[in-house]
Amino acid sequence: MEKNNYGKILFEGIFTGNPVFILLLGLCPTLGVTSSAINGMSMGLAVVAVLACSNALISAFKKLIPDQVRIPAFIMIIASLVTIVEMVMKAYTPDLYKVLGLFIPLIVVNCIVLGRAESFASKNGVFASLVDGVGTGLGFTLSLTVLGAIREVLGNGSIFNIKFAPAGFTPALIFILAPGAFLTIGCIIATLNYLKMKKSKEG
Amino acid sequence: MTFGSIFSIIVGSIFINNVIFAKFLGCCPFVGVSKKIDASLGMGMAVTFVITLASGITWLVYHFLLAPFGLDYLQTIAFILIIAALVQFVEMAIAKTSPSLYKALGVFLPLITTNCAVLGVAIINIQEGFNFIETLVNGFSVAVGFSLALVLLAGIRERIEYSAIPAPFKGVPIAFISAGLLAMAFMGFSGMQI
Repeated sequence: MEKNNYGKILFEGIFTGNPVFILLLGLCPTLGVTSSAINGMSMGLAVVAVLACSNALISAFKKLIPDQVRIPAFIMIIASLVTIVEMVMKAYTPDLYKVLGLFIPLIVVNCIVLGRAESFASKNGVFASLVDGVGTGLGFTLSLTVLGAIREVLGNGSIFNIKFAPAGFTPALIFILAPGAFLTIGCIIATLNYLKMKKSKEG
Repeated sequence: MTFGSIFSIIVGSIFINNVIFAKFLGCCPFVGVSKKIDASLGMGMAVTFVITLASGITWLVYHFLLAPFGLDYLQTIAFILIIAALVQFVEMAIAKTSPSLYKALGVFLPLITTNCAVLGVAIINIQEGFNFIETLVNGFSVAVGFSLALVLLAGIRERIEYSAIPAPFKGVPIAFISAGLLAMAFMGFSGMQI
């Protein structure tokens, strides 16, 4: 990895290597908490915090951790960070904590976090890993916010909790219920595929 | 504890609150391993085995080790370690005792550590305040619900393979759409009163 390439690392995490829509990692919280844009965004930010810290810590300790036990060691680091985030959220944003509920402790088993630790942080420097963590985390946040926004607009007639739909508009409730999550993400990925196909045809 | 409460846990966990269609746990293997029916059956069996065992052990650890010493805050760390160790142990045990079973389940076992259904169910069991028997029953029925969803989707995907669908929808997107339709069907159970 060349130096001063942080912009590229950031861009890769957010767009070209988007963890959710391109790599299909971390689907459970993606589908589970995106019933509104706010929920999706807050879940994403919690992951940013964990991912940035875990990447930086793992990168800092990579010489001390024996290769054979690296996965359990990574999981321990991640689990400790998740516990900290969980406690902070419980103390300062109890409402949010209630909504996201089970999915906060489940950040531990989010494949994105362990995946970045294994594929990036264990090979690169501390600052580059931090940037990669923030980038991937923001890519995750972006996907969750987009998914949450689409579902909220269609299913509730509002966005970021602001009602904008006219009085006559009946929202399709199905989109904030479970099936809507699957339908929406299917359509988003299909749209991305379509754009990719169009681009490769032109190019 | 009566027969009725056990029955309502079983039906509730398999159909009404299906782990995938209502709770969104274990979606990664759900999309990743549901291309072939036999692979999804193997995954389902491996998950059932691990979830039932993990539910029991995490319940014991929480109620006899963490709670008495006021260590509840270590729940996440302790549970994930138990699950990781358990998966490793199960893999070794199966490899030693039954090579044929190992052949069938082997490839799926390492994937299970990061299956959030396992950790999710362990945490739900504690949150719901289940007793030991209820925990085992709940773990088992959640896993059966998971396997059911996996096999259903695999069946649909095997058929979709040969049908003409718009090119951008091929592969993963159509799998998600099918899952959405399945989830809609499962919503029908939510009206059930037990």
